[in-house]
Amino acid sequence: MRFKLLPCVLVLLFTLGACSSSGDIDSDSFKLGLILVGPQNDHGWSQAHFEGASYAVNKTGGELITIDKVNPADSPNVTVPQIVDDMISQGANLIVATSDDMKDGVLEAAAAHPDTPMIWASGDTAWSDGEDYRSDLKSLGNVMGKMEYGKMIAGCAAALQSDTGNISYLGPLINAETRRLVSSTYLGAKYCWETVKGKSVSDLKFKVTWIGFWFNIPGVTQDPTVVVNDFIASGSDVIISGIDTTEAIVVAGQAADSGKAVWAIPYDYEGACSEAAAVCLGVPYFNWGPSYHKIAKTVIDGNFKASFEWIGPDWDDMNNHDSSAIGFMKGDGLTSDNSKSLDEFIEKLAKGDLNLWKGPLNYQDGSAFLPDGKEASDKDIWYLSMLLEGIEGASTTE
Amino acid sequence: MKGFTGPIYSYLAAVLVSMVLVSLLLALFRIPIFETYTLLITGSLGSMTKLGDTLMVSVPLIIASASLVITFKAGLWNIGVEGQIIAGAVAASFIARELQMPTQILLPAMIGAGFLGGAFWGLLVGLLKIRGGVNEIFGGLGLDFVATGLVVYLVIGPWSRKGIASTSGTEPFHENAWFPTVEGFRLSPLAVSVSLLVVLMVIFVFNRTQFGLKLRSIGLNPNSSYRFGIPTSRYILTALVLGGAVAGLAGVTQVASIHHRLVPSISGGYGFLGILVVLLAGYRPFLVIPIAFFFSMIAIGSIQWQLRLGLHSSLGGVFQGTLVLSVVLISAMRLLRQRREKHVKTEE
Repeated sequence: MRFKLLPCVLVLLFTLGACSSSGDIDSDSFKLGLILVGPQNDHGWSQAHFEGASYAVNKTGGELITIDKVNPADSPNVTVPQIVDDMISQGANLIVATSDDMKDGVLEAAAAHPDTPMIWASGDTAWSDGEDYRSDLKSLGNVMGKMEYGKMIAGCAAALQSDTGNISYLGPLINAETRRLVSSTYLGAKYCWETVKGKSVSDLKFKVTWIGFWFNIPGVTQDPTVVVNDFIASGSDVIISGIDTTEAIVVAGQAADSGKAVWAIPYDYEGACSEAAAVCLGVPYFNWGPSYHKIAKTVIDGNFKASFEWIGPDWDDMNNHDSSAIGFMKGDGLTSDNSKSLDEFIEKLAKGDLNLWKGPLNYQDGSAFLPDGKEASDKDIWYLSMLLEGIEGASTTE
Repeated sequence: MKGFTGPIYSYLAAVLVSMVLVSLLLALFRIPIFETYTLLITGSLGSMTKLGDTLMVSVPLIIASASLVITFKAGLWNIGVEGQIIAGAVAASFIARELQMPTQILLPAMIGAGFLGGAFWGLLVGLLKIRGGVNEIFGGLGLDFVATGLVVYLVIGPWSRKGIASTSGTEPFHENAWFPTVEGFRLSPLAVSVSLLVVLMVIFVFNRTQFGLKLRSIGLNPNSSYRFGIPTSRYILTALVLGGAVAGLAGVTQVASIHHRLVPSISGGYGFLGILVVLLAGYRPFLVIPIAFFFSMIAIGSIQWQLRLGLHSSLGGVFQGTLVLSVVLISAMRLLRQRREKHVKTEE
């Protein structure tokens, strides 16, 4: 009898063993490590990530471990691999590095910890068709929202509200990501300037000035406050921000207080308009919560697979916090007429009736980017090598 | 110009005073005091990895401090040390980027280039002082800004990543240009050795050579030294060149063992932090090592404060600042007491 029971006991043990080795994690003991490049309360990029990660952990249970200001200027003693080591020793089950500036560090950390799921937000190393694909890093995934839509809407709002047609873009650093976002903004502005307002594109001035990094580093980058003041002094009446922090809207608010007709469109964080609500036309923002929740859940369930996720808005309600990866929150500065026009523009995008990334489109130097009628592929947009024709400002350093 | 030359117990008292002050601050915000200090120690010394990280942070700080001992002992406020670190880093980066050579040749070439780069930047400070009559504080500070501007130009211009213009840094160097590390750790025995050798060299120069003796003499009284026949201008220039060369080595360790690329903030503020270290050490080179190591413990250990307790990342800086203020306070109290005793004896 004893021997007859033995196989059953062994089967039971193997079954239990299989369950426990599948990688399941008790959700209460789940830990998400979040590495931020800026302060977690910057009303911009880093705060958007922090709130997204908080949302995820609130949904799954467990704990959020955060470290902010991980960049060589603010934290010269701290490197990403060092932080990853610390987080893993603290029991982190999933680590999210949130800046393109962390590329080298996160690649090194992912190679050193092949069994720990990691996400490099805004990166492309898990995109098998991408130019920087790293097939060896099986634990490193990427996630990014299709902010191109948010920027097109921002560009449209700017063109609708602008009296002078002089729109300025406060750019961070120059890379493929920022080129495609500036170009998306311009496409939105151009469409609404021409099609909705019926004006000539030759009367639209769209200029970008790059400060050199995602936020101000005194003595290293150009001072964004000075740049925005220059924009206003040169006649711009709408300032669009592409940097992680809120200088554009703050300076625009100050200018408006002194009697100038200036508006601003901040970036990244849903609540950024609160810095100067009266001049805010709206804010395109990231809503990282749903994506981080989804990834965290796969880690808890033991079926995380590193992948490249470039996620568009939930067109049924792009401001739905539970479903949309990006959103656009209209600001108090937008007139009711322009608000209606903007709604119509958004509806066309949502229905797919309008694709602004469609030829004929030229690069800034006049060479062809897309022939007439051809729609840009994801790769065309992601790796945009030059700004589009009509945009004033540098495309590269060369 | 004098550093804090009190006995060891005055340093311990300063550490205690600063701990009491920081503890009061922690208590005010209802932060667990014991856990905070425990995390500082376990976060910096709690494992071989953490000890290695702490040592690696102490490397550029020790080297920068050793460089400052040379100039401070000669009576020179070498605020230009930051620029000299940067110049060393730029020169080493140039070698790392431009020369394709095996590690055994490349690393010594980078060290040599960093040494010369820092020396050149020190020479500029010296020439401005000797030939142009520009005080080394102003000359050095100006050259700090020039060095930062140069790095930003290189990083965003000729040395930028392909298709990118960002102040985030150059492409990482080829691995041949990385200081070798102990397997599984970030600790580089070469970097640690360089820092210890530099300190030993400074000790040797000031305790065993006529050059060091004359520098000390100039530092104590330049006019008398000149009247005794010491060519003070030449010695001042040499001290700034030598100090700059040593500082340049700190830049080499930053690019070759920490960042593996050139970033605009490559000096890491170690030059300015080194000034505090040297003042606390009373210009005594052997004391630079423990004080710099303690500062590094705070820098590395305080990361845990944010990770484990959710405290603000700047609290480590508050602790360092309080420590320095406590030393100043205790040193001033000691001097005041000595003066009173002297005064009483004179009256008797």
